Amino acid sequence: MQCSVCKEKPATVFLTHIENDKMHKVNLCEDCAKKKGVDNPTTFSLADADLLLGLGAAQEITQTPGGVELKCPRCGFSQADFKKSGRLGCPECYQVFAEGLENLLKTMHKGTRHTGKAPEALRQSRDTAERLKLLQKKLAKAVESEDFEQAAKLRDELKHLTPRPIEPAKK
Amino acid sequence: MDIHEFLITPAATTRLHGPHDRIVMSSRVRLARNLKGAAFPGWAKKPERIKVMEAIRPAVESLPEMKDAFSEAMDNLGALDKQILVERHLISREHAAKGSGSGVVLNREETFCVMINEEDHLRMQALRPGLQLHEAWRAIDRLDSALEKKLDYAFSNELGYLTACPTNLGTGIRVSAMLHLPGLVLAEQINPIIQSVNKLGLAVRGLYGEGTEALGNVFQVSNQMTLGESETTIVERLDKVLSQIIEHEENARQLLLEKKTKVVFNHIGRAYGILANAHSISSKETMNLLSLMRLGVDLDLFPGAERSLVDELFIITQPAHLQKQFSDKLSAEERDLLRSDMVRDRLKNVNRPSVKPPPAGGTAN
Repeated sequence: MQCSVCKEKPATVFLTHIENDKMHKVNLCEDCAKKKGVDNPTTFSLADADLLLGLGAAQEITQTPGGVELKCPRCGFSQADFKKSGRLGCPECYQVFAEGLENLLKTMHKGTRHTGKAPEALRQSRDTAERLKLLQKKLAKAVESEDFEQAAKLRDELKHLTPRPIEPAKK
Repeated sequence: MDIHEFLITPAATTRLHGPHDRIVMSSRVRLARNLKGAAFPGWAKKPERIKVMEAIRPAVESLPEMKDAFSEAMDNLGALDKQILVERHLISREHAAKGSGSGVVLNREETFCVMINEEDHLRMQALRPGLQLHEAWRAIDRLDSALEKKLDYAFSNELGYLTACPTNLGTGIRVSAMLHLPGLVLAEQINPIIQSVNKLGLAVRGLYGEGTEALGNVFQVSNQMTLGESETTIVERLDKVLSQIIEHEENARQLLLEKKTKVVFNHIGRAYGILANAHSISSKETMNLLSLMRLGVDLDLFPGAERSLVDELFIITQPAHLQKQFSDKLSAEERDLLRSDMVRDRLKNVNRPSVKPPPAGGTAN
């Protein structure tokens, strides 16, 4: 078995890392194990968790159905490259490899949807989009319960948010 | 410009203070950002990296925070200069290995340091002494908001800021603090603490970050997950965990003094003995012993000695700092001799630790 870090020397150190009921296995040669500080059990808890997770993850992305190797049309980055480095080629790779990445992201992060900061310009459009959705939901509910006064109010609010007038739901 | 002349002197850095700096040496918040339509640095060819650098560098330099900053391409920095930046924790070891197409911009006060074309196009960090995570986050948030007006970031509504490594996706944030925890190490409580911190999804690393050992009982605690939570949630969680670690460390010190007085005095006394009398000493041994002396100062065992004395030695005895002071053609053996001379000289006015236990309750808080 080959070392998963240098891909040259035979692996002699086998690590199993269990986190959230998910098992990650890493095989290292003696030199790489030393370099990563995992040769000594007393410092083992300091072993680089990114490395452990990163490598386990790299093996997952290649298992996409069909067996056709994906390549990013923008930068030429392939799945094999990801397996080697654990990094992607360019921002667009995230769309190209979206399917294979989904599970990987689940094992790495708290969620798979960004909830933090966004660039100002996008933040406004994102906030507007979310507000629109909410208002439309409320409007549908108001119409359903025949609360026309409320519905009219909501419709006016919606008009404010969108540049074009809102089409009535049914013509 | 010579980086060594630009940097705040080691003596001056030890006079910077922050909350809880007895235990928390520094706080840091780092954001990863990339430009739309350009390959990440690890995959980009040299001309593309240079293009990215030429777009980013002037944008960073033009920020008011970066007035009179030190800004340099990595290929214009010598190996020793880069190593000094690593020893000051201003750039990563990975960044020190970069050449043309990468750069660094550091402000005058050393509160902001931006790495260009490290693993991502932009790695910007805010640094603060002591425990100041919220302050560091607010500072880097402002810097980032100013930069986003000048640069076109790669961002997706679902995945947030797109980064070279999926582990940094989303917020691209890494919040971290450097902690001095000799009490927990001596009390043999450090491993359970590390394990429980790990369980909370936080990483514990050594002195120089990823994959390094905890020299001098210094540990870095940082978040690992960056997607699915907001920046403030991450900062707050880390802040809470750090407050608990601080409490555990204080308790461990108190308990050691009460229950294992001889063990503590033995460690500190021996550390002083070696540092004050050695004629050859490695960087690693120096750090580990200085850590014990720092604990001794905290516990009032060295009346009259300031913590800044130890903290300064902590910086200037590191290999690159030592070489810069003398000559850059020193062998490891020569460095060990010069290092011991320097330490002996600095400690000549420090009396050996007073073995009288300090007055009760006088030191813990």
